[in-house]
Amino acid sequence: MSNMRSLTFDAIIIGGGGSGLRAALELAKSGKKTAVLSKVFPTRSHTVSAQGGITCAIASADPNDDWRWHMYDTVKGGDYITDQDAAEYMCSEGPKAVFELEHMGLPFSRFDNGRIYQRPFGGQSKDFGKGGQAARTCAAADRTGHALLHTLYQNNLKNNTTFLNEWFAVDLVKNANGDVVGCIAMCIETGEVVHVKSKATVLATGGAGRIYASTTNALINTGDGIGMALRAGFPMQDMEMWQFHPTGIYGAGVLVTEGCRGEGGYLVNKDGERFMERYAPNAKDLAGRDVVARSMVMEILEGRGCGENGDHVFLKLDHLGEEVLGKRLPGISELSKIFAHVDPTEAPIPVVPTCHYMMGGVPTNVHGQAIMQDTKGKDKVINGLFACGEAACVSVHGANRLGGNSLLDLVVFGRAAGMFIENALNEGVDYLDASESDVDSAMQRITRWNESSGGESVADLKAELQGIMQTSFGVFRQEDNMQEGVKQLADLRERIANAHLADKSGAFNTARVEALELDNLMEVAEATAIAALERKESRGAHSRYDYPDRDDVNWLKHSMYFPAQKKVGKRDVNFKPKTVDTFEPKVRTY
Amino acid sequence: MSMLQVFIYRYNPETDSAPYMQEYQVDTQGRDLMVLNVLEMLKAEDTTLAYRRSCREGVCGSDGMNMNGKNGLACITSLSEVVKDGKLTLRPLPGLPVVRDLVVDMALFYKQYERIQPYLQNDEPAPAIERLQSPKERDKLDGLYECILCACCSTACPSFWWNPDKFVGPAGLLQAYRFLADSRDTATRERLSDLEDPFSVFRCRGIMNCVAVCPKGLNPTRAIGKIREMLLADAT
Amino acid sequence: MVTNITNLGRSGLSDWLIQRVSALVLALYTLFIVLYLLFNPGLDYATWSGLFAQTWMRIFTLLALISIAAHAWVGLWTVTTDYLKSTGVRVVAQIVIILAIFVFLVWGIQVLWGA
Repeated sequence: MSNMRSLTFDAIIIGGGGSGLRAALELAKSGKKTAVLSKVFPTRSHTVSAQGGITCAIASADPNDDWRWHMYDTVKGGDYITDQDAAEYMCSEGPKAVFELEHMGLPFSRFDNGRIYQRPFGGQSKDFGKGGQAARTCAAADRTGHALLHTLYQNNLKNNTTFLNEWFAVDLVKNANGDVVGCIAMCIETGEVVHVKSKATVLATGGAGRIYASTTNALINTGDGIGMALRAGFPMQDMEMWQFHPTGIYGAGVLVTEGCRGEGGYLVNKDGERFMERYAPNAKDLAGRDVVARSMVMEILEGRGCGENGDHVFLKLDHLGEEVLGKRLPGISELSKIFAHVDPTEAPIPVVPTCHYMMGGVPTNVHGQAIMQDTKGKDKVINGLFACGEAACVSVHGANRLGGNSLLDLVVFGRAAGMFIENALNEGVDYLDASESDVDSAMQRITRWNESSGGESVADLKAELQGIMQTSFGVFRQEDNMQEGVKQLADLRERIANAHLADKSGAFNTARVEALELDNLMEVAEATAIAALERKESRGAHSRYDYPDRDDVNWLKHSMYFPAQKKVGKRDVNFKPKTVDTFEPKVRTY
Repeated sequence: MSMLQVFIYRYNPETDSAPYMQEYQVDTQGRDLMVLNVLEMLKAEDTTLAYRRSCREGVCGSDGMNMNGKNGLACITSLSEVVKDGKLTLRPLPGLPVVRDLVVDMALFYKQYERIQPYLQNDEPAPAIERLQSPKERDKLDGLYECILCACCSTACPSFWWNPDKFVGPAGLLQAYRFLADSRDTATRERLSDLEDPFSVFRCRGIMNCVAVCPKGLNPTRAIGKIREMLLADAT
Repeated sequence: MVTNITNLGRSGLSDWLIQRVSALVLALYTLFIVLYLLFNPGLDYATWSGLFAQTWMRIFTLLALISIAAHAWVGLWTVTTDYLKSTGVRVVAQIVIILAIFVFLVWGIQVLWGA
């Protein structure tokens, strides 16, 4: 591979979504030689689809709002495996990050007094759960993610960030000491493969919802960063925790925001009953997403689902009136008409719980530094590797993320990683260069595809993988089903290792991209499956028929999936916030 | 069986000396699919077919293409809207260089977007909280900030076809006005003086193709009119 | 800002304004001539030249001539920049156009104020 071109940067950020762009902005301002490497033009990243808003105690809707209340909600929402130091950092730094976004030009909706509009979202409370529903989600109508992503991209343009747009990161390059010193990347337009050398490599590659057949995620959400890290031998944390969003449009999977319920919409079953009153008498439709999704599935399983097959429920919005829908939820009205053929001012939207968010990911500290465990099970920083956004597991979301916390996670931890890397670079970091054989081993995978001469098709294998995950690792899980799923995945891995890339051309070869993505989906799916099988309890988004209760004695822990042994270990949850008292685990009701 | 006849513009720079139209048959089973769904079905069979896609819900702007003669997003254009006589013809967005099949080189389009300095400029020190903006001031940004940069409008604009290097084009101008209209932006004068030449804004001939094709229902022509009004008010 | 040296007002805004004001003058002039012809059905040479003997009519006509010259230049300059992508061809075409406009303008003045 001696004829391969190489590019050298101080920091390379893989992924051009919210967290990647926020990290890049910090580094671009510092004058470090930084590049964002993204497989799509940055504004095509999945952050663009976020609708409802960014949750943060900016004390606009309620002048007495307190970030500690937000932190409490976040810890409780995560069913107590949220790292409390991380939640503390996010909730307390949040207002700064949100105001920065506003100063950058994000077109937030406004209250009459000119301050940022905030709406109620699920799982939000005042006064540590004792003061009733809070309204803490800052919104730009129902297009907050779009507004946020475009604002961040625009400010990166302003600060002359280098972009490698439509480049695909193939694998991480490690040196002889196991430090991450760059990656192998492919320019999609030409097919050229280059060696990117950098002192800091940031995985900001987002989620992997495409491991499921039904997901609100974009087609590009294939867990590329997770795949790369797993192949490099690094562990993943809490991969069994997948959020199923209550309101994916039935049939299409397209998301309709929780903000619909925040603005006063509610779910009904086939009898027209507002069933959430039974499951969560206080918060009702604004209970945690895991609670609402499970309740919906219960309704459907007990025969109260809507439609011919009784396999969905309705989201009722018509009582909100045209003005609220037009002003606060214009995008939803549009999506509903296009994908459900329903005008929400007149009829309810058919919805069903749909895979939405990966709470797990690359374990990191609050500075975005990726973490592994040493032989004694102690945390150990991986030199040169960082992660932020959905790809990372800091973990602020624990076993269940609250609505509006993902956008906050992106900007707070993207910013934190950027600041930390800037400092580290200033102090000087120097790692051993990768040897030719180090580079060759990172090239193995793409070489394998390029030399493949027969085997099954990528599209078929992907569909099969998504089917397995949907069947065995959905909203409710149980041992035998998951055992079967794990076995099927092991078999699938063999077949994917022998799959065929028929088109070997260079120019904009999306078949090659999809083949490389399939490997990543496989890694994520297997980590999810094995971790889910191992966690023998029900907590947050992980619900098991065979272990219906939370088990704080054994599982008040993060799961750690180690790819080399395909084994699951545990990691302690942080219960030591710096400035507030620990939130002790309690029974979680809404 | 309900067969759909699909004609797709094919060009692979490595193997084809010239572009050609390839015919496919797709069994839609009578479903009213989106055009993107049809492409995905074809892609599963013919992996060499290249197109961009991401969100598949009309918010990322990846899959702008020309469908039966009209620009739009494949993911939110249903067959019932676009198919005529059982036929669907897909071509890349017109006026930009083709990279491969339905993928165009968007560099010129992005260059014009960058030219208008698409970011808020405010030379006053930022307050400790957000800058205040009344709902009425914020309302002025509606219909502007929602642009997804899909390029459907600019590549439907004859003025952009003739002068893609000099005429900013409807997408860029919509964003230019998005910042001119923002009560928090203080660079109005500089923005206007950068636009007063005979090409950047004034090459708009009011053809309104941009309005006809915008998948988000935005109105660049109106924004261009507003920029002209501001230029006039500023200079007279 | 796109720089250019061959357009009339050196600014898109002034070109745009010139185009609209000149169009207005031309519309008024056309309206006047049409109405004049309608109200003078048996028009003869004496009446016609009598009309043009009056100073206000000569000035009005001169205004219309200048307007048409400006309007034509702005319009044709735009057309050449749209369709003539070769610089040489475009410059030659622009010189031909400006010469023609100049000739028509001088000729018009000669007709109005000449013997």
